[in-house]
Amino acid sequence: MSELTLTELTTILQECAGEDETSALRGGDVLDTDFKDLGYDSLAMLETAARIQITYGVVLADDVVVEASTPRQLMRLVNQSIVEGP
Amino acid sequence: MTATVVTGMGVVAPTGLGPREHWERTMRGESAIGPVTAFDAERYSSRLAGEITAFVPADHLPARLLPQTDHMTRLALAAAAWAIKDAAVDPAELPEFGMGVVTASSAGGFEFGHRELDKLWRKGPEHVSAYQSFAWFYAVNSGQISIRHGMRGPSGVLVTEQAGGLDAVAQARRRVRDGTAAMVCGSVDGSPCPWGWVAQLAGGRISTADDPARAYLPFDVDAGGHVPGDGGALFVLEDEEGARERGVTSWHGEIAGYAATFDPPPGSGRPSSLRRAIELALADAETEADAIGVVFADGAGLAELDRVEAEALRAVFGPYGVPVTVPKTMTGRLSAGGAALDLATALLALRHGRIPPTVNVSRPVPEYELDLVTQPRRKPLSAVLVVARGQGGFNAAMVVTRRHSTSGTR
Amino acid sequence: MNRRVVITGVGVVAPGGTGAKKFWDLVSAGRTATKRITFFDPAPFRSQIAAECDFDPAGEGLSPQQIRRMDRSAQLAVVSARECLDDSGLDPGALDPTRTGVVVGSAVGCTMGLEEEYVVVSDGGRKWEVDERYAVPHLFNYFVPSSLAAEVAWEVGAEGPVATVSTGCTSGLDSVGQAVELIAEGTADVMVAGAADAPISPITMACFDAIKATTPRNDDPTTASRPFDRTRNGFVLGEGSAMFVLEDLEHARRRGAYVYAEITGFASRCNAFHMTGLRPDGKEMAEAIRVAMARSGTAPEDIDYINAHGSGTLQNDRHETAAFKRSLGERAYRTPISSIKSMIGHSLGAIGSLEIAACVLAMKSGVVPPTANLHEPDPECDLDYVPLVARERRVDTALSVGSGFGGFQSAMILRKPEGKAA
Repeated sequence: MSELTLTELTTILQECAGEDETSALRGGDVLDTDFKDLGYDSLAMLETAARIQITYGVVLADDVVVEASTPRQLMRLVNQSIVEGP
Repeated sequence: MTATVVTGMGVVAPTGLGPREHWERTMRGESAIGPVTAFDAERYSSRLAGEITAFVPADHLPARLLPQTDHMTRLALAAAAWAIKDAAVDPAELPEFGMGVVTASSAGGFEFGHRELDKLWRKGPEHVSAYQSFAWFYAVNSGQISIRHGMRGPSGVLVTEQAGGLDAVAQARRRVRDGTAAMVCGSVDGSPCPWGWVAQLAGGRISTADDPARAYLPFDVDAGGHVPGDGGALFVLEDEEGARERGVTSWHGEIAGYAATFDPPPGSGRPSSLRRAIELALADAETEADAIGVVFADGAGLAELDRVEAEALRAVFGPYGVPVTVPKTMTGRLSAGGAALDLATALLALRHGRIPPTVNVSRPVPEYELDLVTQPRRKPLSAVLVVARGQGGFNAAMVVTRRHSTSGTR
Repeated sequence: MNRRVVITGVGVVAPGGTGAKKFWDLVSAGRTATKRITFFDPAPFRSQIAAECDFDPAGEGLSPQQIRRMDRSAQLAVVSARECLDDSGLDPGALDPTRTGVVVGSAVGCTMGLEEEYVVVSDGGRKWEVDERYAVPHLFNYFVPSSLAAEVAWEVGAEGPVATVSTGCTSGLDSVGQAVELIAEGTADVMVAGAADAPISPITMACFDAIKATTPRNDDPTTASRPFDRTRNGFVLGEGSAMFVLEDLEHARRRGAYVYAEITGFASRCNAFHMTGLRPDGKEMAEAIRVAMARSGTAPEDIDYINAHGSGTLQNDRHETAAFKRSLGERAYRTPISSIKSMIGHSLGAIGSLEIAACVLAMKSGVVPPTANLHEPDPECDLDYVPLVARERRVDTALSVGSGFGGFQSAMILRKPEGKAA
């Protein structure tokens, strides 16, 4: 399975949690912005993590949404799991 | 006790979004019942519904709310926002716990629940959405409305099948009476998915007719069940004096009287308690039967239920004693939302002095001795009775008036 | 009219046994009824533990037709309603049906029956367009949880106000609160009120798995529910029902009824914050407690026992601890608090009524039930949670609280009547 990229993560976030017209995801440097500041709460992140697990066939730790508070951190954890395999 | 008045109204109905559109179409007698479009209903024994087709959720709600909300919650959030806007009330300007919400539900967010059941049984538990933990449940509309508008006062959720729309308004009136500045209340409902459809069909009251003009005929000799629909109405209730204090000078009407009763078990031989609900509501409103200008009947559309309602109305008002109408004939029955929509239509009738028609009923059962309004009728109205009945035996009756019977001018 | 309202009958079906006595024996002994799920194979689920009722509907006297048409939640409600009526000594024939009502709380209604029927009409999930021909007539009863109130009303013979109240996990407090109000305002003289939930089904387990609200401590089911403990990691789903006979005090006195408690205060608030999350400061629960106390004329030092919501999620137990401190001040540190969810799990809407039952039985017996499995308190949960072992204590006034999805927060004050019986 290929890597999770920012483009794909953005799509998943939009599907799982919706996107505001003013969403910061649309542009700018969001890689290191906290998900909370991007407007995604814990529930949105749980939904997103579940979708990633299914789509990428990875198993993420229960606390992945606590551990990874920015897109860069989340992508790193997901891509590590993809490399390591289940 | 001062009056509890309706200062805001939000309507989402098959007949229109907003009170104006709904009222104008209703007075034209234009039915919104048609073939089901929400899903392919061809295979089912009933294929007609009163659907809301003009509502585009993204036009009315923040995108963030869309993935986590069922169809009926989206409608309810829109109706609540309109009601609050209509009342020109800002929850942030009220006392900290000064505004709450009571809604009625019949079956929760059933369409959302259907999708998640499908995922669970087709693909496995890990596919079930995090939002399933609340998006389908009966309390979801009260919760989402309170969150969206920052309302932290007393709240509630009632489930009494199709009587719920009135019961929720009555419960909100209690909260206004014990000091809550403003309450959002009412019901918006609907389960437009195959799973919800089959569950409703199982109840045995849905018409199997294919002609929209023949499918829902309350009090008619050809009554053969009803047509389900989506929608309802939400209101803002306030204490009259409180409303005046914040500069409100007009309102839709007063919630003057209410009562709820329950029918004895099927087969017990005891009579229905619907008549008692009506009499208690009149007594609560301190209103005589002859002050009621029109009755918005429940109009179940099944002979046995129609007969019971007609008997109750005849017992209270006398044969042909009061105009009776069922505007639901244009929308179908909206589960818990139906009685709330009737209440909205009743308030509009009070304001306009016009009675909306019961459409398609051409042969009322003569023995019922009802003055059934089948064409729009002009009549100055000061008090209106709304009757609602829920499957299982729930009866509710509510009296709305133009002004408090004992208070001064407005 | 503002009449005083008392509890004169108690009926319980809970994990660990049917009947108020078995329920009290279990919770006052600090025993737990949580175990690996037996209703279905829990292997595919993250959390595989629940507190199931050992409940035999036929053995409890329900007829074959009642069993067929009622979801398990309704069966639990009707059986506990029978017990409370019997316990109250009311002669059903002497009740005025028009002055008698019913309020049943339930968070998720007939969810078990719904899912079972869904599996059939969808042919195991294969068909999106579910097959009408396989639908049973009572599917409609499952569709509308108002059927719970209807079943209990038929049992009681009630023809006054009847409703189901469904405010998520505060349903069991709110239903009783609403019934109290109907008597107090003069609409009814007798109400049978309480709550029931039977949520232990795959869809419920899956949705709580998805938000990681339930504990994954599958290797140790009997100690999995750990409210206020440092090692807590979610709640254990439960099921059950508790129902009460509520009466106008004068009505109870006239017939010389035993009075368990008077309900002297109730209030509910919303946090308007998040559908599943809680603000850490506990402000809205504290406000509900404050208003319930004010209505009851109760001061913090009057409260002898608090039955906590204590679900055992990280967030809830801190939220609630903050709410107690905020509403009771220093007194919060000196009031025994316990969570029976440590023993019978969290039965969603039903639990609020089961907790009221725990309060009145604590009053009757002079024993406060413990919080089981509490070995190492969370440093942020620094109140007296009565760990492990029940405590003898005279309880004249009790506070019970609940908190639920949607942001609902409720609080109720119960007071032992002056004198033994009324």
